Amino acid sequence: MNTPDSTPEKIKKVSIVISKGSLEGVYPGLIMANGARMEGIEANIFFTFFGLYTILKDYQDKIRIATVGNPAMRVPNAKGFPLPTLLGALPGMSAFATSMMQKEMEALDIPPIGEFVEMISDAGGHLYACKATVDMFHLNPDDFVPQMEKVLTVGDFYEMAAGGEIIFT
Amino acid sequence: MPTRTINQKEIDFDDEGFMTNHLDWDLEIAKAIASDEGVSELTDRHIVVLEFMRKEFAEKGTGPTIRRLTKESGVPTKELYALFPAGPAKKAAKIAGIKKPVGCI
Repeated sequence: MNTPDSTPEKIKKVSIVISKGSLEGVYPGLIMANGARMEGIEANIFFTFFGLYTILKDYQDKIRIATVGNPAMRVPNAKGFPLPTLLGALPGMSAFATSMMQKEMEALDIPPIGEFVEMISDAGGHLYACKATVDMFHLNPDDFVPQMEKVLTVGDFYEMAAGGEIIFT
Repeated sequence: MPTRTINQKEIDFDDEGFMTNHLDWDLEIAKAIASDEGVSELTDRHIVVLEFMRKEFAEKGTGPTIRRLTKESGVPTKELYALFPAGPAKKAAKIAGIKKPVGCI
């Protein structure tokens, strides 16, 4: 029985769904999964839709920030002026913004995506691909980085997530 | 602030169990903290990790990120998690006698 004074039970397991394929769509889930392992929490990541690019070996290092459709985006830094949508659409803008952010991340020791995926897997985190997306994108096992353990149906995912928290990003 | 006597030394800890003065640390203290944290034996490889953390802390005032730790101490990620199974970040910092790590990575 929980009394108001008792310490809440610690989180033991998280299953994180990464569904977006932009830099800002991918990193939060990776950081949360890695952070879970750092705390001794069991961690699974289920990559679905465009989030699947995170574990596609020829594409994972081409993931970029969305400079269009992102009204919170400011330049040249987080306290600068809002980037007008039409400027965000200029060729090279997304690549430029991505390289700026990558520098900031490197300074904080946040690894590039490929290295991060490897680190989470080595830390005991499990990485899975969504079956529906794999079929829809016509992907085969060779397309994935070796850290991807298994292609799961949504039913398999719920089974694997049993007894833990599910986080959708 | 809780104080414990380990090996005839009075050691101060913060409320989360991290030593407040890393200079009070020695191997006997490390062993005592390790056993509280569920690490029953400190091997040479544990010591490599602890010494790297202490060196970083002495130089920078904060412990290393796990990425730096694995790249520079020569203890790879898999081994680090095997050495400190319940979470290397905080456990290793506690046993190394340094303050709680502040980064997210």
